[in-house]
Amino acid sequence: MAAPVISARNLVKAFGTGDFAVRALDTVSLDIQQGEFFTLLGPSGCGKTTLLRLFAGFEMPSAGTILLDGQDVTVLPPNRRPINTVFQSYALFPHLTVAENVGFALKMQGKPRAEIDETVAKMLALVRLEAMAGRKITQLSGGQQQRVALARALAPHPKVLLLDEPLSALDLKLRKEMQIELKRLQHETGITFIFVTHDQEEALTMSDRIAVMSAGKVQQVGTPKEIYTHPINRFVAAFIGETNFLDAVGETGGARLTTGDLIPVEGVLHGPVTVAIRPEQLRLVAPATAGAIAATVRDLVYFGTDTHCHMALVDGTALTARLQSPASGDIGLSIGDRVGVLPMPGAAQMLRD
Amino acid sequence: MAKPRAFHVADLPGVGPTALFVFAGLYAPILTLVIYSFNAAPSVATWDGFTFDWYVKAWNNDAVMNAAANSLIVATLAAILSTGLATLAALGTTRRPAFFGITAIYAAINQPLMVPEIVTAVALLIVVAAIKAATGYAGLGYLVVAHTAFCIPFAYLPIRARLEGMDLTLETAAADLYASPWQSFRFVTLPQLAPGILAGWMLAFVTSLDDVVITEFIKSPGQDTLPTYMLGQLRRAMTPDINALSAALLGLTLVLLSGFFLLSRRKS
Repeated sequence: MAAPVISARNLVKAFGTGDFAVRALDTVSLDIQQGEFFTLLGPSGCGKTTLLRLFAGFEMPSAGTILLDGQDVTVLPPNRRPINTVFQSYALFPHLTVAENVGFALKMQGKPRAEIDETVAKMLALVRLEAMAGRKITQLSGGQQQRVALARALAPHPKVLLLDEPLSALDLKLRKEMQIELKRLQHETGITFIFVTHDQEEALTMSDRIAVMSAGKVQQVGTPKEIYTHPINRFVAAFIGETNFLDAVGETGGARLTTGDLIPVEGVLHGPVTVAIRPEQLRLVAPATAGAIAATVRDLVYFGTDTHCHMALVDGTALTARLQSPASGDIGLSIGDRVGVLPMPGAAQMLRD
Repeated sequence: MAKPRAFHVADLPGVGPTALFVFAGLYAPILTLVIYSFNAAPSVATWDGFTFDWYVKAWNNDAVMNAAANSLIVATLAAILSTGLATLAALGTTRRPAFFGITAIYAAINQPLMVPEIVTAVALLIVVAAIKAATGYAGLGYLVVAHTAFCIPFAYLPIRARLEGMDLTLETAAADLYASPWQSFRFVTLPQLAPGILAGWMLAFVTSLDDVVITEFIKSPGQDTLPTYMLGQLRRAMTPDINALSAALLGLTLVLLSGFFLLSRRKS
């Protein structure tokens, strides 16, 4: 693989001192490749924004190094790093016009007037705001401000663009549009994007790779498919999509549930484990079917494209299946029905924690 | 039947008349002064028709013009100097983490608001007299320096308020976009701060323009500002051109204070 454009090496960021110190980042190491759309995903307080601020240079790590194109930039101030940020609040300059905002970085770099004008025009065309060049920031809608923030950060052609939950202030429809827009911008500019979000769906649909973070640590790094289909632990499985967790004991051939049923699982662990199965990976069959787990339907929730079937196993353990709705909308089940549950081959994962 | 409503302090008997009395007490004398500055009769006892004569008379009086020039020079310079110093003080007390002794620094900056003016005046008199004796200089410089000192808190407060209300991520964004600390100040902080600085300057200017006590103590013989000239005139006979001068001063102050309120109301 090519050399990474930006790397974190054992980054630690502690706030406070002594016994009261809180590790917002705990020994984080990451390699992000040139041209990647890389997402830092996690709940609030997981350290994803802190990591972004360290990359930008707004804060200095307590320990560890940051490499940009192999150069140590750990203590370089933000104005000397070829990295730009799209802020959650946009942080556009209210006393400047749209064009002046977009050209701000180039002006600070002392670029000639003609070059600034040319780049600003190109950037405004890129985000489709040519007509707004002379407007004040306060005269723009939220979505337009978002585009100006993007154009301003892309104008100096940084090596890495950092995006701190840039879509969180937009309504759902605009959000979907901007997701597509961001992918297009990244494709057209070829710039590495590091995107911070707490929205797992956004992360799955947009990213080349995702780092799932929790409690200041990177839990798992991988493509959206890897993370969804092979979560490394219970936290990742629970954070990305919906999952059934079942207590079990690992033994040769699979995992023995508390009901005594054996679910076949590859790569067997021995001893107490958690079995994770996605609700859409369960099929409902006749109760007597070989290999099926006996269950009773407790509740049915209609979601349009699919129906969630909440069940209880013989010992009371809860289990949810997501069944695609047929054309009639009626899946032919009612509360109290006895059913058999069959996990699809390869669907069950054994997790240690 | 009146609708029952929750108790409100304004419903207490006497609130309305008290308010009227207070406003009358505050504004009736000022209104009388302005009206009489247009009175053709030389005495306040009678109204003899409308005239601009007293304004013309004051305008043609060299002593008045001299005092007015002194007032404007001192107020302009003192306002510029105190606003500059107050801007630095405001940056120093808001753009860094709170440090030990910051409350003491606030108190030190705002000292002229708390110490009785007469005390400052006497203290300055002693210092100024010593310097005058040593150097022989008797110009307006003493007044400019003294006014600068007591104008600082008036300039400081609106500037600090503006700095505290400013979005700090804008400065972070400027640094992110390759602005050096100086460029970030010059192109982001300063333009946003400008209304606060202008408001501070106006407040300082008005404060300097209206000062009597300190000016009276440290001015050199023969040197007068408008307020000390007017005070001097009162010792002789009350003439209506003092009314005209007061009304003119009031007018200037109102214009500047309106400007101050408009600027400080403007959202950043």
